[in-house]
Amino acid sequence: MAAHLSSGRVNLTALREAGRRELREFLDKCAGSKAIVWDEYLTGPFGLIAQYSLLKEHEVEKMFTLKPGRLPPADVKNIIFFVRPKLELMDIITDNVLREDRGRSPQRDFHILFVPRRSLLCEQWLKEQGVLGSFIHREQYSLDLIPFDGDLLSMESEGAFKECYLESDQTSLYHAAKGLMTLQALYGTIPQIFGKGDCARHVANMMIRMKREFPGSQNSIFPVFDTLLLLDRNVDLLTPLATQLTYEGLIDEIYGIQNTYVKLPPEKFAPKKQGEGGKDLPTEPKKLQLNSAEELYAEIRDKNFNAVGSVLSKKAKIISAAFEERHHAKTVGEIKQFVSQLPHMQAARSSLANHTSIAELIKDITTSEDFFDNLTVEQEFMSGIDTDKVNNYIEDCIAQKHPLIKILRLVCLQSVCNSGLKQKVLDHYKREILQTYGYEHILTLNNLEKAGLLKPQTGGRNNYPTIRKTLRLWMDDVNEQNPNDISYVYSGYAPLSVRLAQLLARPGWRSIEEVLKMLPGPHFEERQQLPTGLQKKRQQGENRVTLVFFLGGVTYAEIAALRFLSQMEDGGTEYIIATTKLINGTTWIKSLMEKLEPAPF
Amino acid sequence: MSRVRADEEEYWHSSKFRAFTFDDEDDELSQLKESKRAVNSLRDIVDDDDDDLERVSWSGEPVGSISWSIKETASGSTSSLDGRDSSLQKGSSSYAALPKQASSYSLSSLFKGRNKLSSFQSLSDALTDTGVKNYAPELRRPKAEYKDYSSDWSPKDTVRRMQRGKVCSLERFRSLQDKLVLLDEAVAGHDGNVITAVLIFLKRTLRREILFRELEVRQVALCHLIHFLRETGEQKFLLDLLRFLDRTEEVALSQYREHLNIQDVEKRREFLKGCIGLPFSAEDTSHIQDHYTLLERQIIIEANDRHLEMAGQSELFRKYPRKASILNMPLVTTLFYSCFYHYTEAEGMFSSPTNLKKTFKIPDKQYVLTALAARAKLRAWGDVDALLTTKNWLGYTKKKAPIGFHRVVEILQRNNAPVQVLQEYVRLVEDVETRLNLATKYKCHDVVIETYRDLKDRVQLTAYKSKVERGSVEEEKIQSILSNVQIRWKN
Repeated sequence: MAAHLSSGRVNLTALREAGRRELREFLDKCAGSKAIVWDEYLTGPFGLIAQYSLLKEHEVEKMFTLKPGRLPPADVKNIIFFVRPKLELMDIITDNVLREDRGRSPQRDFHILFVPRRSLLCEQWLKEQGVLGSFIHREQYSLDLIPFDGDLLSMESEGAFKECYLESDQTSLYHAAKGLMTLQALYGTIPQIFGKGDCARHVANMMIRMKREFPGSQNSIFPVFDTLLLLDRNVDLLTPLATQLTYEGLIDEIYGIQNTYVKLPPEKFAPKKQGEGGKDLPTEPKKLQLNSAEELYAEIRDKNFNAVGSVLSKKAKIISAAFEERHHAKTVGEIKQFVSQLPHMQAARSSLANHTSIAELIKDITTSEDFFDNLTVEQEFMSGIDTDKVNNYIEDCIAQKHPLIKILRLVCLQSVCNSGLKQKVLDHYKREILQTYGYEHILTLNNLEKAGLLKPQTGGRNNYPTIRKTLRLWMDDVNEQNPNDISYVYSGYAPLSVRLAQLLARPGWRSIEEVLKMLPGPHFEERQQLPTGLQKKRQQGENRVTLVFFLGGVTYAEIAALRFLSQMEDGGTEYIIATTKLINGTTWIKSLMEKLEPAPF
Repeated sequence: MSRVRADEEEYWHSSKFRAFTFDDEDDELSQLKESKRAVNSLRDIVDDDDDDLERVSWSGEPVGSISWSIKETASGSTSSLDGRDSSLQKGSSSYAALPKQASSYSLSSLFKGRNKLSSFQSLSDALTDTGVKNYAPELRRPKAEYKDYSSDWSPKDTVRRMQRGKVCSLERFRSLQDKLVLLDEAVAGHDGNVITAVLIFLKRTLRREILFRELEVRQVALCHLIHFLRETGEQKFLLDLLRFLDRTEEVALSQYREHLNIQDVEKRREFLKGCIGLPFSAEDTSHIQDHYTLLERQIIIEANDRHLEMAGQSELFRKYPRKASILNMPLVTTLFYSCFYHYTEAEGMFSSPTNLKKTFKIPDKQYVLTALAARAKLRAWGDVDALLTTKNWLGYTKKKAPIGFHRVVEILQRNNAPVQVLQEYVRLVEDVETRLNLATKYKCHDVVIETYRDLKDRVQLTAYKSKVERGSVEEEKIQSILSNVQIRWKN
């Protein structure tokens, strides 16, 4: 299922195909029947590259999840571990290998496929455990940029933000640069590179260096992308903290979308067949894939949730009308035509039913008092109201022991919207959090401080109002139904990151030099020479294509905002989005929290 | 195993929208379908037809050989490979020729909208065309790598080889100078994997003081080493390093983090005691001190209460058996526990709520909130009343709630307080609108009636009459107020 990848301006099927080819090559290196032992985290991303059928064709007969203990007794010649290069996983593999029955015949061969990179550290670790020699093939599968949709690529590297900003480990940036080189190999050299932030600068430097060191990368492909914009997540810490209000954004906030799949409570999806009076309600969560392959979803995913209901009801009318047509069909030809439309109509109907159910689920939450209160506080902060004192609602939430992540999101939002909190306010929040949730969270608070999300105001200066006004981050007259500005994705707040992209396209960053200086990290422009003959001669009215790469994660609402800009009639730019990870405020904060339980193994 | 299999099945085959692919060929008549076809013109060819695509792509070619053979010839070492048919090597054409091949093919046809060929079949053709095929590996296989296959790599080449996942011996780098050049090269490459590998080598071969000194001026490498030590749990080495760097706060936090790995509470308490003296920031120091004190208290309380519970003599513990031990719970949870089981104890007892309040300087608001929740859960309405009653210096009593009476009502309601109790506090809610809302919601008729009377709102009061039970005391009350001629109604 990959047709949706080719529906956009840039055909991303080519990238997926490159990934599949590499996978097949590896599988064929291990001749004979095989079983794959999966690091569970990887099955999601791999599912976007290949289906089981592909593995099966290459003699993969069994698949297991990686866990300690003895491996299941599969009668295969090869056991292949598909793992991320993490030490705790190496320990599990070691355990698996050591417990393998040496007496069994025929013996099984072991191999490791590291994703996305082979790790010398892990191999050293395996060597120390005395099992390194058991592996015949140790290879890497550089799953750098995975196509998620026709205009969306992600590295699905969970720890990228944490590694860059807490641990100063720039490995994920190296992978990003490598991914961009692969992309350029397939889609041509990108002539213009813009960037903002330290990580952006690093990635651009690495790209330039790689290009210099790999003379072969001078390619002769006609460039598809006109511009690359590299954006550091820490240039805009605000946006992910706010609650996304687009349809897709809310699905992610509430249920969590993983590798384009979402799991939903089953009650609303119970099959309504006659004579089954409520018996056998499904207990397994309902799993749905969400991408632009589904026509209806493509239409509503990026809308403000308040505009989704009317679309759904309009669709319902159209579908009912279409089904009514059957009464008018008189001639054999007409009946035949009707029948031929049936599959499409039925698919449309089931799609409509699904999204009506999801919308109902979401509505239950968005109409709750607490959702409203939470949103009110967020919007106050973002529009600059009362950001410098202890907030009552936050205090109440702590008192009622709401989930810690929710508290941290709000406190961080307040801190970011005030360029840091007054020391007294910060100390107050800290004390309340530690007393209510446990002192050990001092480690998490420290991480947030290091990442700049939660900090004392230094120099007593609050830059946020200036940034907000200059970049028009807060729009009072937002139109949720027929938006005329990107601020509709947060019902008033225009994501800073996307505003930067918008202003870069028109009128250019020179107009906002002052504000750019207030945001962290350098901003820059680089040009990559194209061989003569490959320079583009733009047709009248032809849109430019810009690849926006979010280093440290991007939210669905930001993606929606960029898609909105792509679709603007006089926009002149179409955007393709790449990121290290698809995030929302909750998953993002979670990635920065100290793991409080020791690893189970 | 069947479960595993079921999961796989679900996972790999859970594309729900197969119905959208329109892959049956016959119904050319359908307009709808045609328009669909137009939109999804690529779909029929590319989508989900793994089998076809594969067969087209790989027919006549040994599967998996192309990129592989290039890789191997490019690196100049074929001997290291096992079990490969030499015929697979046919792709090993001269490397220099590749760009030419690539340019001979119209690569723009890869992209929709630029497709010069009319059929999308060309997409899969394009993908398997040698130009593209050979191109991708080229990225990873620069000329530099294969032209001088020897063991005498420069630091730069060594780093580059390692970046490509090749294992290199670093032992050749003997002098400090060489090692540092190697490290700097690794850092310049930004690949954490390689940086860490070099660091492991340096850590093994350099004296600590020298390693520390050199890392002090190499911040990126330093961060990687710290991260590495944390991952591998080399706590002692890490602390030495941080101390050398004078990063005292980090030393403190890093040491404190260790307590999470100690399961035994006595040992954990001892460990935390040792943390108190560490150089935290002033604010953090008091938190760490509190953490220690809290665990110390919890251990005492736990021992006592477990004994009480086992003895079975305390009615409270019999009636409400403890769900979990209090060890390692947060402070507020501990306070709740103590308000639940030890409310009446004298301040001198470690387990008494007032003692906890004093020791940890718990703010009034927090204390009232927690005590209220605990006493309401026990339905001890008398305690609730006492908690919210204050005496002024003249001896008059007054109800006061630092958290606001609307919150009091919420908490009581959540614990199913009877209307008589609830009503008393609803009456005290200051904001009239909130009061009316709460009173209506929780059916505190008296409060609603009195409030409308005080507002002189005859219309609302009359309307409310229909909401109370017919013939009830409330109805009577409304009737008598409505017929009171002394009230000057506003409407």
